[in-house]
Amino acid sequence: MADQTLKKPLLSVTAEKYQTLIKQYTPKPTIIKNVVRAFIVGGIICSIGQIFINLFSSFGLARVEASTAATATMIFLGALLTGLGVYDEIGKFGGAGSIVPVTGFANSIVAPAMEFKREGYVMGVGAKLFTVAGPVLVYGIATSIVVGFVYFLLH
Amino acid sequence: MVFAKPPVILSSYSVVGPKEGQGPLGKTFDKVWEDELNGEKSWEVAESKMLQEAMNGAINQASVPKEQIDFMLAGDLLNQIISSNFAARQMALPFIGLYGACSTMALGIAVGSMLIDGGFAQKVLVGVSSHHDTAERQYRLPTEQGAQRAMSAQWTVTGAGSVLLGSDGAGPRVTSATIGRVIDFAVKDVNNMGAAMAPAVADTILNHFNDRQLRPVDYNLIASGDLGAVGLALACELLKQSGMDMGTNFTDCGVMIYDESQDTHSGASGCGCSSVVLAGDILQRIKAGELKRVMLVGSGALHSPTSALQGESIPGIGHAVVIEG
Repeated sequence: MADQTLKKPLLSVTAEKYQTLIKQYTPKPTIIKNVVRAFIVGGIICSIGQIFINLFSSFGLARVEASTAATATMIFLGALLTGLGVYDEIGKFGGAGSIVPVTGFANSIVAPAMEFKREGYVMGVGAKLFTVAGPVLVYGIATSIVVGFVYFLLH
Repeated sequence: MVFAKPPVILSSYSVVGPKEGQGPLGKTFDKVWEDELNGEKSWEVAESKMLQEAMNGAINQASVPKEQIDFMLAGDLLNQIISSNFAARQMALPFIGLYGACSTMALGIAVGSMLIDGGFAQKVLVGVSSHHDTAERQYRLPTEQGAQRAMSAQWTVTGAGSVLLGSDGAGPRVTSATIGRVIDFAVKDVNNMGAAMAPAVADTILNHFNDRQLRPVDYNLIASGDLGAVGLALACELLKQSGMDMGTNFTDCGVMIYDESQDTHSGASGCGCSSVVLAGDILQRIKAGELKRVMLVGSGALHSPTSALQGESIPGIGHAVVIEG
């Protein structure tokens, strides 16, 4: 009698066993290299920020105003370098070192803005501007509201 | 399936972006674009134009009047396969759109050969495309976003490849094909698509050899579509543990197309990958007599950004076509 059953899977490896094979064959992320690079790149970006703070202070701005002006300058630089197509190269090298500072935030807004301009200014740029930065803003603002409320209750 | 009257590959044509042109196979491509936009207003339009260029290139090379072509089979990676649809609008041929993710070239050749061997067509044009930037923005992050890619991540090829199949004439022949099953080994990491596709490729290879009663040594070259370095190693291991030693003729188009210095991590992916390697390097080597019998196993990851976000694993597929010189 002919075999009427479905053809059995020929692979003799199960899905569960495959997971361990994947771990074995997938290269590990280069953590130490990434951490060192992030430290250096992040440090450089923050040092540049500090230079601007000192510069603006020497022009006679108060400490708080000088740091606001420096932040604005760094955002401008981050946006400019994104526009010039340089920031993604810095990001590839520096990882978190270039994502965490305010320049990284500028990058995450400007990159989608450039990308989705072709879909128009309303449904393209308007709708997609916060695709990357959106979650940070939502949870950042939500957390600050909670913290503010707790602070209010304690005082 | 084995074709009674094996269809002939009358001509082939490949168009690639600059990065692929700088790769080790750069010289085998018919045309290399200087930049990834090539003067068009968007990457999507550029990709569609690239596909048209490849298909027209194949038609011109065979010097076959366009009216003699019975069907155009095409596919790509974008939502609703728009690159193919818009290319088909310009080609004005009876059009069958295909989606097999990155396996579409092998799928197209298999279906095209079935149409010809079944007597439904004399000439079938097959073409597929992918574009690094259109794929990045659909599946991953905006291209100017500064982020690091995983070590197992693959680089989507900017390229379009096309072949013209005919019922008779001179050239390499498509002798058999194995349509793959969807295999899902619960891989959820979208940055490790090679691992997601490897079981499907291994399954198809095992089925093919079982059906045909052949062994890997019967082929000069067995090339998977775009498993990348990680996926290729995994497929080898899976096959070995299932009792099939692939020997030294097993490689991957995604490993062949870039070299180490191009910083793509695990290699290439995309429909364009296997199509331009086939249309360029592989078919040229068959015509030169260097390779007699080649199996291309197109590999596809059948997920979408939405399914991945909803926590679904990545189903894989592999389609094999055998081409003999």
